[in-house]
Amino acid sequence: MTTTILGVRHHGPGSARAVRSTLERLKPDIVLIEGPPEADALVPLAAEPDMEPPVALLAHVPGDPSKAAFWPFAVFSPEWQAIRYAADAGVEVRFCDLPAAHALALGGGRSREAEPTVHVDPIGALAEAAGYDDPERWWEDAVEHRIEHGTDGEAGHGSVFEAIAEAMAAVREGHTPDPHEARREAYMRRTLRQAVKDGFGNIAVVCGAWHVPALATLPKAADDNRLLKGMPKVKVEMTWVPWTHGRLAAWSGYGAGVTSPGWYHHLFTAPDRPIERWLARAAAVLRQEDLPVSSAHVIEAVRLAHGLATLRDRPLAGLSEVGEAVRAVLCEGDELPADLVHRRMVVGERLGHVPDSTPMVPLQRHLREEQRRVKLKPEALERDHDLDLRRTLDLDRSRLLHRLRLIGVPWGTPRETRGKGTFKESWTLEWRPEFDVSLIEAAVWGITVEAAATARVCELAGKSALVNAFGVHGAPDRAAGDGTAGDGTAGDRTADHTLDQVVDQADGAPEVSLAELTTLVEKCLLADLPDALPYVLRAIGDRAALDSDVGHLMAALPALVRAQRYGDVRGTPSAGLAAIVDSLLTRVCAGLPIAVTGLDEDPARQLVAQIDAVHSAVALLHDVPRGDGHRHDGHEARHGAGHEARQGAGHEAGQGAGHEAGQGAGHEAGHDAAREAGYETGRDSPRDRWLATLRSLANRSDLPGVIEGRLVRILFDAQLADDVQIRMSRAMSLGHPPARAAAWIEGFLSGGGLLLVHDSRLLAAVDGWLTGLSPEAFVDVLPLLRRTFGAFAAPERRSIGERVRAGASDVRGSGGRTGDGTGDGADLDDERAAPAVRTVLEILGRL
Amino acid sequence: MTVLRPHAEDQYADELAVLAKDDDRPRPPGWRLSPWAVTTYLLGDPHHPGGVITPKYIGPRRIVEVAVATLATDRALLLLGVPGTAKTWLSEHLAAAISGDSTLLVQGTAGTAEEAVRYGWNYARLLSEGPSRQALTPSPVMRAMAEGRLARVEELTRMPSDVQDALITVLSEKTLPIPELNEEVQAAKGFNVIATANDRDRGVNELSSALRRRFNTVVLPVPASAEEEVDIVSRRVAQLGRSLELPETPAGLEEIRRVVTVFRELRSGVTSDGRTKVKSPSGTLSTAEAISVVTSGIALAAHFGDGVLRPSDVAAGIVGAVVQDPVSDRVVWQEYLEAVVREREDWRDFYRACRDAS
Repeated sequence: MTTTILGVRHHGPGSARAVRSTLERLKPDIVLIEGPPEADALVPLAAEPDMEPPVALLAHVPGDPSKAAFWPFAVFSPEWQAIRYAADAGVEVRFCDLPAAHALALGGGRSREAEPTVHVDPIGALAEAAGYDDPERWWEDAVEHRIEHGTDGEAGHGSVFEAIAEAMAAVREGHTPDPHEARREAYMRRTLRQAVKDGFGNIAVVCGAWHVPALATLPKAADDNRLLKGMPKVKVEMTWVPWTHGRLAAWSGYGAGVTSPGWYHHLFTAPDRPIERWLARAAAVLRQEDLPVSSAHVIEAVRLAHGLATLRDRPLAGLSEVGEAVRAVLCEGDELPADLVHRRMVVGERLGHVPDSTPMVPLQRHLREEQRRVKLKPEALERDHDLDLRRTLDLDRSRLLHRLRLIGVPWGTPRETRGKGTFKESWTLEWRPEFDVSLIEAAVWGITVEAAATARVCELAGKSALVNAFGVHGAPDRAAGDGTAGDGTAGDRTADHTLDQVVDQADGAPEVSLAELTTLVEKCLLADLPDALPYVLRAIGDRAALDSDVGHLMAALPALVRAQRYGDVRGTPSAGLAAIVDSLLTRVCAGLPIAVTGLDEDPARQLVAQIDAVHSAVALLHDVPRGDGHRHDGHEARHGAGHEARQGAGHEAGQGAGHEAGQGAGHEAGHDAAREAGYETGRDSPRDRWLATLRSLANRSDLPGVIEGRLVRILFDAQLADDVQIRMSRAMSLGHPPARAAAWIEGFLSGGGLLLVHDSRLLAAVDGWLTGLSPEAFVDVLPLLRRTFGAFAAPERRSIGERVRAGASDVRGSGGRTGDGTGDGADLDDERAAPAVRTVLEILGRL
Repeated sequence: MTVLRPHAEDQYADELAVLAKDDDRPRPPGWRLSPWAVTTYLLGDPHHPGGVITPKYIGPRRIVEVAVATLATDRALLLLGVPGTAKTWLSEHLAAAISGDSTLLVQGTAGTAEEAVRYGWNYARLLSEGPSRQALTPSPVMRAMAEGRLARVEELTRMPSDVQDALITVLSEKTLPIPELNEEVQAAKGFNVIATANDRDRGVNELSSALRRRFNTVVLPVPASAEEEVDIVSRRVAQLGRSLELPETPAGLEEIRRVVTVFRELRSGVTSDGRTKVKSPSGTLSTAEAISVVTSGIALAAHFGDGVLRPSDVAAGIVGAVVQDPVSDRVVWQEYLEAVVREREDWRDFYRACRDAS
């Protein structure tokens, strides 16, 4: 019986080559490899043609996502070469490290990176001691070349390992392994003994060089058994997962990192002349970027690399020499292309592939099918995709990505879209190996991506219902702030953000606020999860019923309204949604009168923002169920959410075009008719209820100035307040302290001076009030006005002044014209304007 | 006769001799030293058996290694960098160590003519004897080719393009034809060219790609750390002081550190603690300028001061180095003075001195 112990450097191409050739020479009948024994059954998969390193063995504890460990293998890993040899030669492989069941139970897994580096990469330590920056160089120089040039060429690689064993024995002298290490080595010995007992005569052991001395002599079995007794154990499942070069450094099963995996890969795979091949490839990379690199350059680079190696007393040029050659010759001293070569080649991002027959959770398998269906390949490098949602394929892609985000696999990250089309969606795709873990974790939710996402959403919704039942208020203030803002530019992002928090926090702190729940509704629509919607809606309904803070309700409303507007177009059960929106609005209308009193300046301002958000949301509600209002096709509708949010932004921030369009044209065309219809059927539309609430509020005298001013303005815009000038005088009169008057005018004129320039009705109202003041009163309000007008930009003030100077009569006259849409329409050709008006109305969804 | 500035091969003749004596490694044909010994000569070796070898170039080892390896492969070497990063210094010492002769020098200027790269004529002889080798005046490049030595071309990019391109034949064919005599000069082994060029200068003549690709390019960096730069400055100041025979002045490391700090901060546009952003002046503020500021400061201190390097001795030099453009740089300097220098407790003297100087 012979036992040969091959001490390797994890991920060392030199070791890998030596292991391969030694195994081929030894022809062992069993190979023991450092690794989790649970993976024994997975070894045959390594021989499958589809298997393409880098891959990793993943051990995970079902149901406990925090416990997982990886054993990554690149093609240049000695362990991988040992596995491949065994698989090709039909030799049995056993993994001999401590079972993952124990390692993970012991709290191992990801935390084990703290191991001292010497244990983990003793060859690296030796190389460093010898003054080498690259351990592979040292291996090549000190071990391989010396052996190859030695006397007996045939026994060459065998004696490499003898030399390593000797060196390690010296390094480890006097070292007492810590308990964990002792157990691992005891287990390795136990596996070795078992192999002997099973009658294997020619045993090869491939393990980290550090462990060689511990396996060289076998102590009494009883000692090891005592060490291994009574270890905790968990249920562990193992599988192969694809890995990336970039993550060879971050691992948990073995220990040392690799900073130049691309170079190692090249060293291992290049059949001969590695330097020449590498530099020729570098030239190709540079040429791809349109940098002129000739063959003459490559020739000179090779010469320089060799020259440098000689100068540095190295038998062969290594990474640092070719790096210098690339910089000095190929890149002509320029750092930028040199960096490019480093990124593309030295790191050389590469994603492995595992065969379809690998044990996968059904969810992984389904995702793989989906990826194939929508023609998106997982890639390790970041790549941008612009989706045109009018195309079925892109729509499916978008749905898949949204669903994956819901189950915690952020393969795609939405980017800001360039251009204005609502049918466009931009994503950045980057597949990271840990997503496989997330997928396995997500497997508890379902066997397809859609089902899992649905279940996940339901769970989130259910959790919040639970929270709600116990009366726990989650993150109310922040949510209120975020949600109410309803600001379109950041709208999408905010929604994502909050959702991520929902997802993140759902397991731990149950902080799902009402506003977050409503963004969940939007997410359901984006990810096309109709089955989940009723659950979320019920959760919202329950939550809203118990939530006494009208601020939360108001924060929740805009997202819901958007969802309703675009949801029913898609045929999702909008009846439920409409009911929720309706009840929510009712609650808001009921709660608002109480909420507006006794507020400080800042909360008052916040409330104004919320009122604005709700107001613009309510404007989106179709006043009466009008059958012809649903002329959108699917994609526009689903992206309407974003579009509408943008409109909301206009309203919020600038009250510019969006506002005017929404308020002006929209109301004139739709609202009046709707109001009539509403009155006729004897049933209030939500909009009327909302405006009625605001109206009654505006008549109260105990409101904070900024709120009252804003309310009057809303009513004025809605043409429900004919007595604006009287209200203005009242608010500005001496009975109010100056601060309140200033707040009032601020609320009234909020949205910037530009509006005064363009909304002549508004200007006429303000102008009328001002000119009607007595000289004394004018002097009194002057400071207040100055304060508000002073906040406008200088060009705005100038324009206002010009408009006023143009003549009061003109101001009033034009005010009348745009105001009620009649006036002197003589110079307008109605017939020619009709198509334009029609288009605008269609865009606004009012037709 | 004592010269003001001896050539490198004369100044360090002892070290070169020591290295040559102990050098048992193979030497490329025409080389006085082996590449290893050249590297040692440039980077220094305090423990050399024959005596201490002082470092000539303080900076990354790989720069020197790539430069030496390039010359050993008979490729021409192009040293690129902002002014004052020791390009000329390195090229002189390389030539001294490899050929034992750093004098075969072509200085590139806007007025450099082709004769400086190829050959000229002794017109008296040309008229009396007709064209002959005796009537021909060889350029440094031609002499280097004939003798198998290193030729140095300084400020390559300042030469007119047609003169630059005269080097192409020399570098690729390693011959220099003399059509007038129907002869040619073939380069002997050991010939090579070290060129320096400044990549910051305005109005340079960019190298043609045909010429460019005959060079291996090494970019000389500015000193990586303040300590390294202080080391360079104090070393050079001491050497210069010795050769200029200035009276011995205590090396005022404190002042040198201050000058280096000011230069580094203005160069990088941020203070050394990384907290304050400052504007950068139009000049390059190289290490070489720092050296000259300190040297002139020492001269001031020795001749007019109390023999100790004081803030007032370096202040005028610093202001002169920083304020190259009288309008914009003065603003930069004033800002720096008021925002950074004034705030530093132990820089009071320096602040006052700078105020007086500017």
